[in-house]
Amino acid sequence: MTVQVRLGSTLASAAGGRSEFEVEARNIMQLLRGLGKQYPELGPVLERGVAVSIDGQLYQDAWLERIPPGAEVYLMPRISGG
Amino acid sequence: MAAVMKPRDPDVTYSQVGTRPKRPDGVDKVTGRARYGADVSAPGMLIGKVLRSPHAHARIRGIDTSRAEALEGVKAVVTRDDFPGLDELPDGGGEEVLVDVACNVMAREKALYEGHAVAAVAATSARIAKRALGLIEVDYEVLPHVTDVDAAMAPGAPVLHETMFTRGVEPAPSEPSNVAERSEIVQGDVAEGFAQADVIVERDFRTEAAHQGYIEPHACMASMSEDGSAEMWVCTQGHYSVRDMCAQILGLPLSRLRVTASEIGGGFGGKTTVFIEPTALALSMKSGRPVKIVMDRDEVFRASGPTSSASISMKIGATRDGRITAAEGELRYQGGAFRGSPVPFGAECCFALYDTANVHLTCYDVVVNRPKQAAYRAPGAPMASFAVESVLDEIALELDMDPIELRLRNAVKEGSKSIYGPSFGPVGMVETLEEARDHENYQAPLAARQGRGVATGFWPNYGGETSVTLNVNTDGTVLLSLGTPDIGGSRASMCLMAAEELGVPYERVRAIIADTNALSFNATTGGSRVTHSAGMATVQAARNAIDNMRGRVAEMWGIDAEAVEWEDGYARPSGSNAGDFEPMSFAEIAALSSQTGGPIAGHAEINAAGAGNSFGTHVVDVEVDDQTGAVSVLRYLVVQDAGRAIHPSYVEGQYQGGAAQGVGWALNEEYIYGEDGTLQNPGFLDYRMPVASDLPMIDTVIVEVPNPGHPYGVRGVGETPIVPPLAAVANAVARATGRRLTELPMSPPRILAALSESAEAG
Repeated sequence: MTVQVRLGSTLASAAGGRSEFEVEARNIMQLLRGLGKQYPELGPVLERGVAVSIDGQLYQDAWLERIPPGAEVYLMPRISGG
Repeated sequence: MAAVMKPRDPDVTYSQVGTRPKRPDGVDKVTGRARYGADVSAPGMLIGKVLRSPHAHARIRGIDTSRAEALEGVKAVVTRDDFPGLDELPDGGGEEVLVDVACNVMAREKALYEGHAVAAVAATSARIAKRALGLIEVDYEVLPHVTDVDAAMAPGAPVLHETMFTRGVEPAPSEPSNVAERSEIVQGDVAEGFAQADVIVERDFRTEAAHQGYIEPHACMASMSEDGSAEMWVCTQGHYSVRDMCAQILGLPLSRLRVTASEIGGGFGGKTTVFIEPTALALSMKSGRPVKIVMDRDEVFRASGPTSSASISMKIGATRDGRITAAEGELRYQGGAFRGSPVPFGAECCFALYDTANVHLTCYDVVVNRPKQAAYRAPGAPMASFAVESVLDEIALELDMDPIELRLRNAVKEGSKSIYGPSFGPVGMVETLEEARDHENYQAPLAARQGRGVATGFWPNYGGETSVTLNVNTDGTVLLSLGTPDIGGSRASMCLMAAEELGVPYERVRAIIADTNALSFNATTGGSRVTHSAGMATVQAARNAIDNMRGRVAEMWGIDAEAVEWEDGYARPSGSNAGDFEPMSFAEIAALSSQTGGPIAGHAEINAAGAGNSFGTHVVDVEVDDQTGAVSVLRYLVVQDAGRAIHPSYVEGQYQGGAAQGVGWALNEEYIYGEDGTLQNPGFLDYRMPVASDLPMIDTVIVEVPNPGHPYGVRGVGETPIVPPLAAVANAVARATGRRLTELPMSPPRILAALSESAEAG
């Protein structure tokens, strides 16, 4: 399944300006590994760790989460807080 | 596994959730029985003290500890040589860069700020330990320093890290600088947006660092055994994170380090990392004795992390009918001596509230010779929102438009695209604005020198790893074991959710914070995540226990488990076809646990997702004394979406506490540095936090737009309340005086100076 991935927040600038990617993936693990393999320019972004937003729900480290067909998918900086 | 739980029917009225029982930790806290970090002791315990750099920036040429070690009563001295090299550290350390954490705990080649730890002593008494610190000789080469964010970015500024080359710049710089990273959020075409604007306002803003101001200083005790295992008792928001960072910094397996979180006297984000904990453990390893370190207030200010100070330029354009057409800004945050200021969060949050097509925000993460910044409620958001919400107030004035109406015309709704990418689900931005507009405070008359300020705030919220065990006792009571230190009343909220699920009275459920050996991993309490994620885990654990009990009852009745339903604390046949059985109560089933298979427990180990976004609107009335420059807060209103308030009193407390801290940040709190780069006000006499007599009763309205990602609709509420106050107070001062202050704090001297300029201008 082809997933359209966008870089959210400040990630696009960290990846050299491009903000939209396509990758074959059914879950978050396949998504991240596929992006890293297909798009070396995303290496620094992925190495620092990202959160993944799927249809507005934010996932951190949830590799096995499935991605529904046609989902809105964003990579985001990881969120923490006080 | 990742978890998103669908909500129960939002129209259902619950018997427990939404009530206001007394807090379970209240009696111990008011009687002094509660055990905080400094209350822990052990046989043979030593007292640890830390030697800190008197210089803002200095190379450490050598450290001679021989005289200190020779002092009677001194059992161990540690320096950088007693910690593994930074290049030996693994990746990781949670959300922080572990190498930076380790270097902050104990200085290596350089002392990077006044207060940076350079050595530590463990001795048989505090007096001896203190005397020993005076016997340690450190050979410093004092270096030029910089403590201001703009000065640190200027050409020729003293460079803190020779290895720091700005990320995010093309081509990559060939010279090191204090700018760790440049990043951007770009949406639409700001030039086109400004061309459509009828009014454009552009301002520069500055905010000073504010400390979290928790009452209890950092405290811990570490005890290393001869068999290589260790225990720690720590005042922290995240004892698993303490375990992981201490183990990694000192090279211990996680299974060898057990950490217990003490009761906590405030955290607000400042206790999400380690400062003294690895040092106490290193001293215990070296001495073979338990070692306790307790910071004094001076150390808390000088050496634990306040928030970033910031310098911000903001330009916003709008049409005559109040539609924002474009926004362009530059956010410059210093993160202390290490990379990692929360500037990206500032950029994400300040425009997340508005449906704005054209935005371009540029962020700079800058290092200076100050303590490593630590999280503080909604890290990074209050400063950026101060800039945006102040400019919006000016636009409202120029348009002669009500400031709430201006925000309503631009507010995000379900389906709006956020500035940081994803589309919003159901959110309560519009509802908080409407509630604020319709509140009696918004209509209260104002006299001369009084003004009313409005501002809004946002925090995205998140979930994270959480595990909970729910034990059913044979007397029908319930014990919840949680791994998320309770900094804001979470034990009561978890008990309410467990009681609601199980159908038992709240009084029969108690919660404890278990140590790191008792439960699987729990992410740190912070980011407004606990009521959402630990709540979700608690609900799952309760349902897990219910399934267990339904199975037992089914066996006793000789029917399938699916034919047994759980309702109001009773197992019942699910219908007439299931058979005619007398319902069994929770207590009856619990009493039979031994005979029906042994102890009954429920578990949940999850990575919680589905945290709902949080929006709030604040309205504040102030009066400005034009003789003294003092600002009095007359009325304060917080309206915020909680999704569903599990324990409304605690939710209101979060709203009030965030507002109070924000008022302090707006009016008085600041880190003041001398020419020599040393902090001039490391105590509560000179670092002026608001006290009860400085504030009116803070009025609250809880808006409930249920979060579809939580079984009870919960949204985290702890971060957002500190986002709007900086601008809300500034906007009120501007409307009271006719002068807009763009630099915080708006302390009396600054107010008087502004009024004086106003008078001179005629």
